[in-house]
Amino acid sequence: MIQWSHHLIIAPILVPLLASALLLFLDERQRVAKAMISVISTLLLVIIAFILLKIESGPNDFGGVYLLGNWAAPFGIVMVLDGLSALMLFLAALLGIAALVFSLARWHAKGAHFHSMFQLLLAGLNGAFLTGDLFNLFVFFEVMLAASYGLMLHGSGPLRVKAGMHYIAVNLVAALFFLIGVSLIYGTAGTLNMADLAARLPQIEPDRLMLLQAGAGVLGVAFLIKAGMWPLCFWLPTAYSAASAPVAGIFAILSKLGIYVILRLTMLLFGDGPLDGFGANALLLGGMVTLVYGIIGVLASQALGRLAGFSVLVSSGTLLMVLGINDGVVSSGALLYLVSSTFTISAFFMLIELVERGQDAGANVLAVTMEAYGEGDEEGIEEAEGVTMPGTMAILGLCFAACGILLAGLPPLSGFIAKFAMLSAMFGAGAIGVPPTAAVWTLIVLVILSGVASLIAMTRVGIRTFWSSLEGTVPRVLVIELTPVMFLLALTLLLTVWAGPAMQYMDTTIRTLGNPASYIEAVQKAYRVPGYQSAPTKVGAP
Amino acid sequence: MELILSLAIGVMTGCGVWLILRPRTYQVIVGLSLLSYAVNLFIFGVGGVKSNMPPILSDDVLPATLSDPVPQALVLTAIVIGFATTALFLVVLLASRGLTGNDHVDGREEQR
Repeated sequence: MIQWSHHLIIAPILVPLLASALLLFLDERQRVAKAMISVISTLLLVIIAFILLKIESGPNDFGGVYLLGNWAAPFGIVMVLDGLSALMLFLAALLGIAALVFSLARWHAKGAHFHSMFQLLLAGLNGAFLTGDLFNLFVFFEVMLAASYGLMLHGSGPLRVKAGMHYIAVNLVAALFFLIGVSLIYGTAGTLNMADLAARLPQIEPDRLMLLQAGAGVLGVAFLIKAGMWPLCFWLPTAYSAASAPVAGIFAILSKLGIYVILRLTMLLFGDGPLDGFGANALLLGGMVTLVYGIIGVLASQALGRLAGFSVLVSSGTLLMVLGINDGVVSSGALLYLVSSTFTISAFFMLIELVERGQDAGANVLAVTMEAYGEGDEEGIEEAEGVTMPGTMAILGLCFAACGILLAGLPPLSGFIAKFAMLSAMFGAGAIGVPPTAAVWTLIVLVILSGVASLIAMTRVGIRTFWSSLEGTVPRVLVIELTPVMFLLALTLLLTVWAGPAMQYMDTTIRTLGNPASYIEAVQKAYRVPGYQSAPTKVGAP
Repeated sequence: MELILSLAIGVMTGCGVWLILRPRTYQVIVGLSLLSYAVNLFIFGVGGVKSNMPPILSDDVLPATLSDPVPQALVLTAIVIGFATTALFLVVLLASRGLTGNDHVDGREEQR
């Protein structure tokens, strides 16, 4: 008998998909009803993702391979739930609820179909995390991207449309790369199921293997565009800083989706066998250059939005470098860093909008440089109704300081623990047990430098915003807007307190990922529900 | 036939790449369309070029001559998705034209 919890695997896709369809039937004026449906669906997602995470952190490995339509693995489409996908699902759901609550204050009424697109984005994200099939990954990627195009343009305005157009054009080209890569892999391996592909890899003839490598490389470009590896990242800071605050908050996980897919595919396909270590050097070097570019960008940014945009690049660069080293202990530290930095950047994007509300960009000394980036041509936002936060400036300042500490990786918050876990593993205190190589040394220096750069940039911006503000106007901030920011920052605090169990979970996850055979076996031996087979065959007939 | 197919893919890709690097939004969208046609043909090509062969296995069809149905299914999905995103891009293009008053991809002409 198939357990009820087994069907939960498909729920993170179905719930937001149904919600977004349902939302289309409601008129745009029924704002409260729309918001209710959206919030309920996202809350459900949080609960489902939490249960899945609980199941996954239990004793059994691969509790979840879900066969869609009861078709056996290489022929049908499979959904695979493992430690990594459960973690990403939970992360996406938490970010989703925070960004959604933030948007309820005013942003969701700024344009049509915000909630539908938001739910579709979540459905696409969850699908991409769960799928065990390359082409299905493309479909969910496109669902997620199509929704993100709409969300990117949400709120309209010349700056947003301009940045959105660049974003769409770049991502359309990325989708074409994706297709070329997928078809090359299909042409050489004859399968698109990830587990089947990994199982067939050793049997592929050497001359075809080269073509497969080309396909994997082209496919990788598509995800690296999403993750923002230099030189494929110039669109990212502009697009993220131009997007409206809640949208930028949820976009923080889109770049992590690229990282997720690269981690999943490299561990599964290039862990060992004929393509051992494929692309590792490219990731290492690319990550380094991205990190350097991110550091320069963080130091050079005048506007807060661009600072946050470049922080995304810093985080991506760090993660890509670690993927390039491909060491188990460092990778589990990196997973913690991924979670921590996603929370931080999302909270930071939402905080920025609140802080900037009180500022008059025109009165700023740096107005000229800001003008060059198109800042400040935003029209005034009309006053929203609701409870205003008391002691606004103090709380905003505290949240800002927390973001700064997290971005710089200072104690006591989780940014420090994540970086410490990575660095101590790199120094050889972990399982490597060997002195670090030149590449690892460079990496260590860069990671520490990126922390220093973030600290300098955040201090400078903080002083300018909170201490030397000439205008002195206190922004009108609603409780409902500040709560999500504090919620995300509280999550990083929880991550600090529970760093032990969290690290243990990451360790187990990375160890399972490092053993592709268990993944392949789980998918191939997935349980089929008996009794739904096609008409009985003639075998054994009298 | 392989030659014609590969020439078509090559020419369309070349034109598409050149066009998406142009500064006018209309050129970019035509370039993207050309590129997606080229990619669609490419996906079709990876299944092996066969003419007049059914993609459905039945008793009188040899598996060796069968044309591969998976790339056909893939290309169908890719066409639908490409069509939708092109339509969406067209809307953004018009919005940008309306908001900035010109059809430059950056919303303003470069200073000469």
